[in-house]
Amino acid sequence: MTPLLQVEAVSKFYGARIGCTDVSFDLYPGEVMGIVGESGSGKSTLLNCLAGHLPPDAGAVRFDTRADGLRDTVTMNEPERRMLGRTDWAFVHQHARDGLRMNVSAGGNVGERLMAVGARHYGDIRNTATDWLGRVEIAADRIDDRPSAFSGGMQQRLQIARNLVTGPRLVFMDEPTGGLDVSVQARLLDLMRGLVREMGLSAIIVTHDLAVVRLLADRLMVMKDGHVVETGLTDQVLDDPQHGYTQLLVSSVLQV
Amino acid sequence: MMIQVEKLCKSFTLHNQGGAVIPVMQDAQFDVAPGECVGLIGASGAGKSTLMRMLYGNYLAASGHIRIGGVDVARAEPREILALRRDRLGYVSQFLRVVPRVSTLDVVAEPLLRTGCAPESAGARARDLLERLNIPRHLWTLSPTTFSGGEQQRVNIARGFAYAYPALLLDEPTASLDAGNREVVLALIEEAKARGAAIVGIFHDEAARRRVCDREVDVARFTPGLA
Repeated sequence: MTPLLQVEAVSKFYGARIGCTDVSFDLYPGEVMGIVGESGSGKSTLLNCLAGHLPPDAGAVRFDTRADGLRDTVTMNEPERRMLGRTDWAFVHQHARDGLRMNVSAGGNVGERLMAVGARHYGDIRNTATDWLGRVEIAADRIDDRPSAFSGGMQQRLQIARNLVTGPRLVFMDEPTGGLDVSVQARLLDLMRGLVREMGLSAIIVTHDLAVVRLLADRLMVMKDGHVVETGLTDQVLDDPQHGYTQLLVSSVLQV
Repeated sequence: MMIQVEKLCKSFTLHNQGGAVIPVMQDAQFDVAPGECVGLIGASGAGKSTLMRMLYGNYLAASGHIRIGGVDVARAEPREILALRRDRLGYVSQFLRVVPRVSTLDVVAEPLLRTGCAPESAGARARDLLERLNIPRHLWTLSPTTFSGGEQQRVNIARGFAYAYPALLLDEPTASLDAGNREVVLALIEEAKARGAAIVGIFHDEAARRRVCDREVDVARFTPGLA
């Protein structure tokens, strides 16, 4: 089986400081990988390098494109990379307002991604948008409201609908449940689990919440100071951590 | 042999407690044939659960081999273990890890759906198991989060037996069940053996162990310093 994403020795430096260094892994279709670590560990830098938002200083990020198989997205030209960002890739930001257009209606937010890949029929776009709002549990009568009138949890669900409507194969998520109430988080996690399974999505989820990765991720990567210190099956890394830092991380979680 | 454990060793290194190394298992060795149930015995702390978790890939082996369904769990890639857990190796743990908001029926049917089983037959199998394990029908559409401990355990058992895994790990499946439900669980284990499943189990319930286990493996033999 060909990996969907092949990451090889990716490094990013901010001047003399390390963003992330020498990160390699393969992600296969249908796999969900979590990246955990404290603030400043380089997990967001890495995610942005993988998603084409930041140019890495070294290394390759090969994606299994529909047309030509594995292609290095780092050396790909900008229009090609942007096209991937609109079609096969999706990026769910921690703050929904970074991933939504706040002055455009909910339906418009979902429809815009469809139009970006060539949809033109208004009725079809609106029907698809309504369908997706339903799938992320937003009532159909809110379709013409702006996201600014939505709660934080609703905004996050709308952002997910906007991202998934074009049927991407790889979803990057940066702290998707950060800053949400626990009850809202549970609903969002359950929704994401269902969508990942139904659509056979692969996903890379950056978070500092170990409960989130236990629920969503098959595999886990632990980062500290820009380095990957441990990788493995999610439950194995959490239940039998090998590296001192992971042991500290796991034992620091408050029990409820 | 369906399950083959060979020269399996394990130690825990506690990096945040002065790097203390605690050896917990040395040269564990046993086999389980299809249709056979092997009971792990040994005093509390001898390493029964540790061994079980290693078989499932939940604890990392230090050295040795764990061959199950064509995969060496002791050195397999995460995705090989995930595939093994999907269609060859089941595990009924002592506690149900509940996903918020998912209905009991869906919790039980999930292992079947993951293997590509049609939703109708997965649902039918889930209802059949919940019925047999005496989970009241009006609870089926609710999340098991709020169920009593015993009910959660039975949901967990239903989930573990929904798919016909060729290898099955059972951690105290009859603990704290009433006589009727205990009987149902023992019958499920006998049915699994009859269809050829290789089973490794921990049973503190001696009568249950005598009834379903063909052999016993004393884990104390593998405990460093005890053997």
